Amino acid sequence: MTFVSIFSVFVLACFVGYYVVWSVTPALHTPLMAVTNAVSSVIVVGALVAAAAAGSTGSKWLGLAAVVLASVNIFGGFAVTQRMLAMYRKKEPRPGTGAGTIGGGGK
Amino acid sequence: MHDVVQGAGDSPWVALAYLVAGVLFILSLRGLSSPATSRRGNRLGMIGMALAVVTTLLTHVPMRSEAFPPGNPHDLLVDWTALLEILAAIGLGAAIGLTVARRIAMTAMPQLVAAFHSLVGLAAVLVGIAAYLNPAAFGIADVVTPLIGQPFASIHPASRIEMALGVAIGAITFSGSVIAFLKLNGNMGGKPLLLPGRHVLNLGTLAAVVLLVGWFYASQAPWAFWAIAALAFAVGFLLILPIGGADMPVVVSMLNSYSGWAAAAMGFTLGNSAMIITGALVGASGAILSYIMCRAMNRSFLSVIAGGFGAADAGGGGSAAIDRPWQRGSAEDAAFLLKQAEQVVIVPGYGMAVAQAQHSLREMADKLKEEGVRVKYAIHPVAGRMPGHMNVLLAEANVPYDDVFELEDVNGDFAQTDVAFVIGANDVTNPAAKTDKSSPIYGMPILEVERARSVLFVKRSMGGAGYAGVDNELFYRDNTSMLLADAKKMVDEIVKAL
Repeated sequence: MTFVSIFSVFVLACFVGYYVVWSVTPALHTPLMAVTNAVSSVIVVGALVAAAAAGSTGSKWLGLAAVVLASVNIFGGFAVTQRMLAMYRKKEPRPGTGAGTIGGGGK
Repeated sequence: MHDVVQGAGDSPWVALAYLVAGVLFILSLRGLSSPATSRRGNRLGMIGMALAVVTTLLTHVPMRSEAFPPGNPHDLLVDWTALLEILAAIGLGAAIGLTVARRIAMTAMPQLVAAFHSLVGLAAVLVGIAAYLNPAAFGIADVVTPLIGQPFASIHPASRIEMALGVAIGAITFSGSVIAFLKLNGNMGGKPLLLPGRHVLNLGTLAAVVLLVGWFYASQAPWAFWAIAALAFAVGFLLILPIGGADMPVVVSMLNSYSGWAAAAMGFTLGNSAMIITGALVGASGAILSYIMCRAMNRSFLSVIAGGFGAADAGGGGSAAIDRPWQRGSAEDAAFLLKQAEQVVIVPGYGMAVAQAQHSLREMADKLKEEGVRVKYAIHPVAGRMPGHMNVLLAEANVPYDDVFELEDVNGDFAQTDVAFVIGANDVTNPAAKTDKSSPIYGMPILEVERARSVLFVKRSMGGAGYAGVDNELFYRDNTSMLLADAKKMVDEIVKAL
């Protein structure tokens, strides 16, 4: 891709990011940080390219190290996000007024 | 003359696969607009990541050339050892990541996120260096054979800037996040560490990095590349050291943003749309979160970055006020007051999380609801140590999210509230933010608990002022009762008394 076309993708993505992130509810800002952290580990693509390439041993090992780091982030980031999101629950419908008991014992 | 070594990825299908991955990442953030859709969003993110990884693995199978038997033309064979090494690296990372994600306490989420940011930063640095050492593999170099001397790989000028920026931002993210982690994790005091002449030092180092990037662009000089990496690490340390604990939510968000820009810079180097889209998304996300946090503290981003907030001299009329009269309440009084109320608004702060009182608190709220009391939770944007932290802690304690309200939505309710139950929060309720121009927190939006008919403050002791080091005049009002105890013990006693 030429620089200009890839730069266009970048600029448009910045705008998409701006509007998408403002639409995130404040209650989910911590999961947002965890998941953005996970997706920013897409840098693993670069790490894999370096790790798979022949021609430079140093480059290969740096790539492998980066693969480990990024994988920690990918798996850890998505897993911890999932763990957090699983905790968000709605109020259970109350059978009568003032009889709201919230089920599911805490830890 | 030109021997362009292209990585795989020329097929339009490959580019499309990365584009789809990028779109899935957008959708995964989009899902977070409500808790109901968030889980699906997270799954889409995982699919996107799997797609990006598998596409890369398939288009970059490690190969080795071998001539067998010797003398024959070279054959390209799959290098199974290298492939296994890569899969082992992924497996190792997965094992570590999953273990940490399962074990981490929700109170420690800010540290974890800071630690994760540091990993992204370091990964970006490593990838940048790898690209520098083996530019042909990244398809960013032409092999130039000069008339005199050895042939060498000339990195495309645009790629030089991109990789230098990627390494610089990655290094700042790494070292900054390490400091943020140490501060949040309590390994390093929350007090800002103020070096003399730090502004000159910081700006000078940053300017040096910029100049070096320019020099590397012009010359591809190896020393410039290494100097950029080294100085950028230093910038990260210098930048975060002087920032106090109270500003950590901004710092964590800012580093989140940086990790995104680092990924984007690497995406430019590789011409990879998934990385660029993601980098832009994450960069925007972190920037917006820092903005929201700054607004919630009425501080400008620049003043946060300049650091020093929360240093010893921050008190605005603080120390003299200790002797003023105040009322001490008991658990029984509090239980009585709460039971009589029609509406109770609970204002949790980080102190609640430290005391692990959220489960007891939910129990108290349940009891009150059984008595017919309307119970709401009011959350200030900077109530925790990172954006949205308090919401997660309440969610963990099974508090339904539709009972939890943000500052703008709940402030109008305090006038019709009988009891405001403030637990482990202080600065975010301090009316001085509205009235006292000399106060360091002046102008910060607060939860207006002073409008409630009565206020109960659960606090460890009278001495400890809030994070900003400011005294709270609410403590001394007639309709305020101070419940001085460990937050969890106090709430447990109230539950017993109900």
